[in-house]
Amino acid sequence: MIVGLDMGGTNIDAIVLDQGQIIKTVKKPTDRENLFQSIWAVLEELLVGIDKRKISRINLSTTVSTNAIVEKKADPVGMIVQRGPGLPYEFQSCTGEKVFISGYIDHRGQVVKDLDLREIKKAKDLFKEKHIKACAVVTKFSARNPSHEQRIKKLLDKEFPLTTMGHTLSGKLNFPRRVYTAYLNAAVSNTFQNFAGSLKKSLARAGIQAPVYILKADGGTMNLATAHEKPVETILSGPAASLLGLIGMCPTEQDALLLDIGGTTTDIFFLADGVPVFEPLGIEISGYKTLVRAIYSVSIGLGGDSRIRVDNGTIQIGPQREGPPYAFGGPTPTPTDGLIVSGLMKANGETLAKARQGMEVLGRQLGLSPEGMADKVLNAMGDMLKNKVESLLQELNEKPVYTIEELLYGKRIRPQVIHVIGGPAKAVAPLLSRKFNLPCHCPANYQVANAIGAALARITTEITLLADTARGFLSVPELGIYEKIGRSFTLEQAREKALK
Amino acid sequence: MRTIKAKNKLGLVFFPAFDWAIHPTHSEREERLLYTQDQVFEEGIEDIAGIRFYNPVMATEKDVSRVHFCVPDVPSRLTQSHLVAAGGAIVALQKVMEKEVDKAFALVRPPGHHAQRIVHGSRGFCTINTEAIMLEKIRQMYGPLRVAIVDTDCHHGDGTQDIYWNDPDTLFISIHQDGRTLYPGSGFVEEFGGPGAYGYNINIPLPPETGDEGYLYVIDNLVLPILAEYKPDLIINSAGQDNHYSDPLTRMNFTAQGYAKLNDKLNPHVAVLEGGYSIEGGLPYVNVGIILALAGLDYSHVVEPDYREERFRQPKEITEYIARLCEVIYTYWKERDRLKEEHYKGLDHFERTRRVYYDTDGILENQAERFKICPHCSGVNTIDSRSDQGAQILAVIIPRDACPDCVDEGYKVYREATSRYSKIYLQDRVNDCFLAK
Repeated sequence: MIVGLDMGGTNIDAIVLDQGQIIKTVKKPTDRENLFQSIWAVLEELLVGIDKRKISRINLSTTVSTNAIVEKKADPVGMIVQRGPGLPYEFQSCTGEKVFISGYIDHRGQVVKDLDLREIKKAKDLFKEKHIKACAVVTKFSARNPSHEQRIKKLLDKEFPLTTMGHTLSGKLNFPRRVYTAYLNAAVSNTFQNFAGSLKKSLARAGIQAPVYILKADGGTMNLATAHEKPVETILSGPAASLLGLIGMCPTEQDALLLDIGGTTTDIFFLADGVPVFEPLGIEISGYKTLVRAIYSVSIGLGGDSRIRVDNGTIQIGPQREGPPYAFGGPTPTPTDGLIVSGLMKANGETLAKARQGMEVLGRQLGLSPEGMADKVLNAMGDMLKNKVESLLQELNEKPVYTIEELLYGKRIRPQVIHVIGGPAKAVAPLLSRKFNLPCHCPANYQVANAIGAALARITTEITLLADTARGFLSVPELGIYEKIGRSFTLEQAREKALK
Repeated sequence: MRTIKAKNKLGLVFFPAFDWAIHPTHSEREERLLYTQDQVFEEGIEDIAGIRFYNPVMATEKDVSRVHFCVPDVPSRLTQSHLVAAGGAIVALQKVMEKEVDKAFALVRPPGHHAQRIVHGSRGFCTINTEAIMLEKIRQMYGPLRVAIVDTDCHHGDGTQDIYWNDPDTLFISIHQDGRTLYPGSGFVEEFGGPGAYGYNINIPLPPETGDEGYLYVIDNLVLPILAEYKPDLIINSAGQDNHYSDPLTRMNFTAQGYAKLNDKLNPHVAVLEGGYSIEGGLPYVNVGIILALAGLDYSHVVEPDYREERFRQPKEITEYIARLCEVIYTYWKERDRLKEEHYKGLDHFERTRRVYYDTDGILENQAERFKICPHCSGVNTIDSRSDQGAQILAVIIPRDACPDCVDEGYKVYREATSRYSKIYLQDRVNDCFLAK
C-alpha cells in the first residue's frame, strides 16, 4: 500500500492506494499557522483501520518550504560569494549578510586566482557577530570545479554546519540562479528540519515504519535524508502532484495539453510524446529565479468561480474570484453559472433559477437572453484558454537551439489530445474539444488527482556530466564526482557512466 | 530588484552551430562558441529583463543571389550553416526594424566578410557575406536605407568592400591590422571606392600591437566624426573579435574592455560576429563585454583573468603614427568630391583588373571589372571572371539606384553576351530579379 498526501494552500488531500486501487481518501483544510499539525491530523484520520505494516511508502507534498519563502519567514543567511569577472551582481534580495570574496575559477574549471583565506575568516567573524545560523557559499563556475566552495565550507563547518554549497544543487551554468538557489536552500533549512523532525517523531510514536519521501517540483521524490540537505527542492511541488495524477489516470504517448481547472485558476501543462515538459532552467518563486528543476506549469486567473464583468460591450472573465458562483449565493456571475444555464452542469430548479438570473443581469447589457449570454461566456472562456495555450506553445517551440539539426528538424510540441481535471472539467470538456478541435478526456476520480499523483511519484535525481577530454577531466557536480579520464573518452562511455 | 534590467532592449541570435565545421581541426570548428556559451549562460544573461534570445531562420537562395554570383550556382557553393548564419543576421536586424528590440547582436558562424560578389569558393573561412545578405534583404523589405557598415575584424573586410565598392548609400569603414602584415593583404587608404561612390569606402590600417588606446582613438577621432557627417539611418558592426591580445592569428593588443567601450561608443543597431579564434581566453570575455555594452549594462568588471595592464601599454610611436593616420584619412574624407573629380573627370567608364585568391579552397581568380560612369546613378557594371578551375563567367550588376538607361543597358549586355562564357548572370537590383544562363 502506498500513502499519497498533497498539501495545497487551501486543502490537504490524502489517499491510500493498493495495487492501483483507491482504498481510502481524506480531505481537510490546511491550517497555515500549523502546517505540521495539519498534515498529521490528515494522516491520523487516513490511517484509521489501515494495517500500518502493509504501508510500503508514504509520499508527501508539502508547502512548508514554499510558505517560509512566500511569507518571508525564512532565516537570514550568511552568504559568501565569489563573482569573478562579469556583471557586478549585488544579490540584494538575499536577506542576511553577504560577503564578496576575491579569487576566480574559469569556464574550463581552472583556478585562475586562489582564495584569500583572510577574507573567509573575516566573513566567519561577521556571521558570528550577527548571529547567523545558516550559510551558503557560491563561486562562479563551481559546477566545473567546486574546490573553492568545498574549502570554504570546511572552514565554516564547525560553527555553521548548515552550509549550502552551490554546486550540490545543480550542475547547470547560471551563476545568479545558483546563488539564489543556494540562498533559499540555506534560508529554509531550519524550518524544514523542524518539520521533518516532528514528522519522524510522530510517525515513530504511531508505530509507522514505512519510509517517507518528499515530493519535488519535478514530479519526483527524495528520501528524508536528501530532503534535509536540499529542502529547496520541496518548493512548489503541488502542480507536479496534479500533473502526475493526470498522467497516472490517463497515460498517453502523444503530445498532450493537460489542464487543471480550479475555482480561481487554471493550471496548464504539456506532455511531449507523453513525457512532461520541464522548465528549461528552474522554477521561479517570489521573484527568485532558481535552478530547482520543475515541471513546466503556467497558472492563469481563469476558473469556474472567476468574476465576469461586461466592459464597454466586451466580456471580462477573471482574473479575480470574488466568491462562489452566483447560483450558490456568490456576489457576481461566473463561468459556472454559464455552465448551469447552458445545461452542461446539472443543477436543481432553485440553483438554475439563480444562475439564469446572473446571466440575465449580464445579458441585459449586451441585449442577450440568459441562454445567449451563457453561450457567449463559455465561448469567451474557451477563446481565452485557446489563446493562452497557443502563445505558450509558440514560446516553447521557439526556445533557443544550438545546432543546425535541431533548428531544422527539432521537436515541436503539437498537442493531439486534451486531458482536463478540476471542478468544472466534465462540463467544459465538450467546449474545449470544439475550440481546440482535439479529443478531450476527463478522468474519473479527478477530485483526488493530486493525491494520486503524490502516491505514484518515484525517486528522481538530476545529474550533469561534463567530460572535458582536452583537460582529461570528468565532473558530475551534483554527486561530487570529479575524476580523470583519457583523451579517447566517448559520448557512449559518458552515457554508461551517467546511468550508473 | 531581483532581476537586472537592460537599458536598451537587446535581441540576441546566439547560434553556435555545434554540428558544423569547415573541417575537424580548422579554427572554424564546432567548439568555437562553446566557451562563449558557457560564459554567457553562467553570467545569467538569459535572465536579464530586456534581453531576448531568437532562433535564426534559413536565408533563401534568392537572398544569396541578391548579393552574390555563385559559380556555378548557389546550392553547389553553400552548406546549410551558411544559410543559417545569414538567416540569423536577418532575424537580428528584422527585430530592430520592427522595434521589438533597440539593438541586436547575431553571434553566428561561419563568418562572411571576405566573401566578394563573385563566389568561386571560400576565402578566409567565408563563403557568403552575412552582413550584405542581411542588409540587402532588409532594404528589400523596408525600402531605401542609408547605412554605415563598420568592420572591426582584425582582417580587412575585402568582401564587403567589393560588394559596396560603388554604392554611395552604404558607407563602408574597415579598421584592421595593416595589410602588409596580415591576410588578405589589402585594405589600404588609397582603396577609396568606385566612380559611383568615391570616398565611401574607408580603410583604416593599424600597425601591429595597437591596443585599446589606439583603437579607441580611431573611433573617437575618425570614425565617429565621419558617421556624424554621413548621418546613416543604420549602423552595422561587423564584429570580428580577433584584435584580442590572445588571438592566435593576429598581432593586436585589444582587450574585452576595449571591445565593450568600442560598442558603447559606436552604438550600432546590429552587430554581427565575424572572426575571432581565441575561443577560450578571448571570446568568452569579449562577447559578454559586447553584450553588456549593447544592453547598456555595467561592463566595467568584464576583464580577462590573465589581463595585466603593464603588458599592453601601447608604444608611443604607435600612438603618434595612429594620430597622423587619422588626420590623413579625415582629410581625404573631407576632400572626397574634389578627389573624385581628379580621378574620374571626363571618363564615361572605368576599368580595372584584379586577382582574387581563395585561400580556404586554393582557387585563383582573375577579374576584369567595368563600371559605367553615369550622371544619373551609380552606373551599371560588369565583372568578367575566370578561375583557374576552368570556369569563365560574366556578371552584370544593375545597382539599386539605377536610372532607366542603365537598367536597359544591363539587360542588353546580358542578352547579347557571347557564348565564350560558361555562365552569364544578371543581377537586377531595381526589380529584385536575378537571372542566369
